[in-house]
Amino acid sequence: MERYYQKEIECAPYEEIRRIQSEKLVKQVKHVWDNVPYYRKKMEEKGVTPDDIKSVDDLHKLPFLSKKDLRDAYPTGLLGVPQKDCVRIHSTSGTTGKRVIAFYTQHDVDLWEDCCARAIMAAGITDEDVCQVSYGYGLFTGGAGLHGGSHKVGCLTVPTSSGNTDRQIMFINDLKATLLCCTPSYAAYLAERFKELGYKPDDIPLKAGIFGAEAWSEEMRHDIEKSLGIKAYDIYGLTELSGPGVAFECSEQNGMHINEDHFIAEIIDPDTEEVLPEGSQGELVFTAVDKEAFPMIRYRTRDICRLTREKCSCGRTHVKMAKPMGRSDDMLIIRGVNVFPSQIETVLLNNGYAANYQIVVDRVNNTDTLDVQVEMTPEKFTDNVGEIEENQKKLVDDLKSMLGIKAKVSLMAPKSIARSEGKAVRVIDKRKI
Amino acid sequence: MSIMQISVFLENKPGTLKKMTGVLAANKINMRATSLAETKDFGIARLVVDDAMSAVNTLKEHNFVASLTPVLAIEIPDEAGGLDKLLENFDDAEVNIEYMYAFTGGKNTDHAYMIFRVSDTKAAEAKLNGKGVKILTQEDIESI
Repeated sequence: MERYYQKEIECAPYEEIRRIQSEKLVKQVKHVWDNVPYYRKKMEEKGVTPDDIKSVDDLHKLPFLSKKDLRDAYPTGLLGVPQKDCVRIHSTSGTTGKRVIAFYTQHDVDLWEDCCARAIMAAGITDEDVCQVSYGYGLFTGGAGLHGGSHKVGCLTVPTSSGNTDRQIMFINDLKATLLCCTPSYAAYLAERFKELGYKPDDIPLKAGIFGAEAWSEEMRHDIEKSLGIKAYDIYGLTELSGPGVAFECSEQNGMHINEDHFIAEIIDPDTEEVLPEGSQGELVFTAVDKEAFPMIRYRTRDICRLTREKCSCGRTHVKMAKPMGRSDDMLIIRGVNVFPSQIETVLLNNGYAANYQIVVDRVNNTDTLDVQVEMTPEKFTDNVGEIEENQKKLVDDLKSMLGIKAKVSLMAPKSIARSEGKAVRVIDKRKI
Repeated sequence: MSIMQISVFLENKPGTLKKMTGVLAANKINMRATSLAETKDFGIARLVVDDAMSAVNTLKEHNFVASLTPVLAIEIPDEAGGLDKLLENFDDAEVNIEYMYAFTGGKNTDHAYMIFRVSDTKAAEAKLNGKGVKILTQEDIESI
């Protein structure tokens, strides 16, 4: 049976959603014009005023915001309310020097938690369930978002945060946790640890997992589902837009419903910035029509994906986004070819290796080199040198046909690649350009 | 009777072999015979020890990928032509050798010991047994 947190809006007719979006957009544009001088200036430069925006149909007239704008306006230049009206901030990791601080009023926190609650109930969870939140707590939005959502649903919430894997396992067992929320790479690590401790999937109380904050492949989903004995659901979000819960998977597990009453999605051509027709692949752009403190308008996510409005068997009417191939921030350009770590992961898992891998990119004699380091597993090991070499060659061939460029494959000792408790470090780019 | 050899995956990186011998040393595991197969990307260490089962578990506990492989250990006289004479029997019996290594020493100083990996261990044993070839058992290895 499909479960909903806010069925009326989640299953509202499309026309009704459009009406709500238009109403909120008109209001939001006025709010931003009046309160965010940075964005007002952008509108003026484009010759747009709030009077030009009468419905969602006028959305394309508005200027875009990009990560660069967030950096230029750092820390408070995009704040839409006096700072004293804010109750919280969250921040991106800033590892690439692009730290973003997002502000929230109580209203913003509420709507974010509602979005997460929708995701949790779509995973078949109710107030009878025990929800273990193993996302990092703190500045990162993962922990706080799912924690808040779990409260709204009424689950018993176990705020373990990330790390201390054996303690995670203890809580899952002792409290019979049925829902696990964390990054997919940490879920895979927990599964590995369960196996080491001698657990079979049936011994593990978990029945569902909500995994996000990093790109993961369909193959990894199957692996996690099999090894933990659960259903694994994808969740999508960005700190800039609130955090996880912008979109989430339902029982169909084939694309994520965007919470369209709060976020209007567009797909654009990343080069020409033109809006593309429905079903096209392009860059995802979001307008947060409900947020007060950090009102993002036409924010370019750099995520490449496609949207579909095909009828979903779960009953939800909100548009579905396909799993992004990866943030374009994750995308590597190697010898002029776009490479997503998720493509490499797909090949590794298809070949029977585990999702413990690292991608090392370097530049030797002006040529980019790609080294895919993957751990040897007991299943893939044999005493026969020739057989291992054949398997290795097959990996190289499969990577070549997936990526279009040749990669080196290095077989590593087990556990030699560091396990992540939060977002996995998949790529080491040593190129000095 | 074949004996069990331990095969250990070694990453191609300085210090990997030492890491393995360190684990063996710390757990007081004595190697009777050892050989290293290497490619440009990785290596496989092959070991014969007294208690293969417990040694392979120890290695696994220390995050090595290791497995057991049946091999034939055969005693030959430590003299010119010793191996040649043995291989004549392999030829006659049409036993195909995948790899081989040797060790000498132990209490019995006038003998050498050959370790063979063959494609079909059981069939090879049956064929060689009738030819007066001395195939060692695990107990023989422990008493060398």
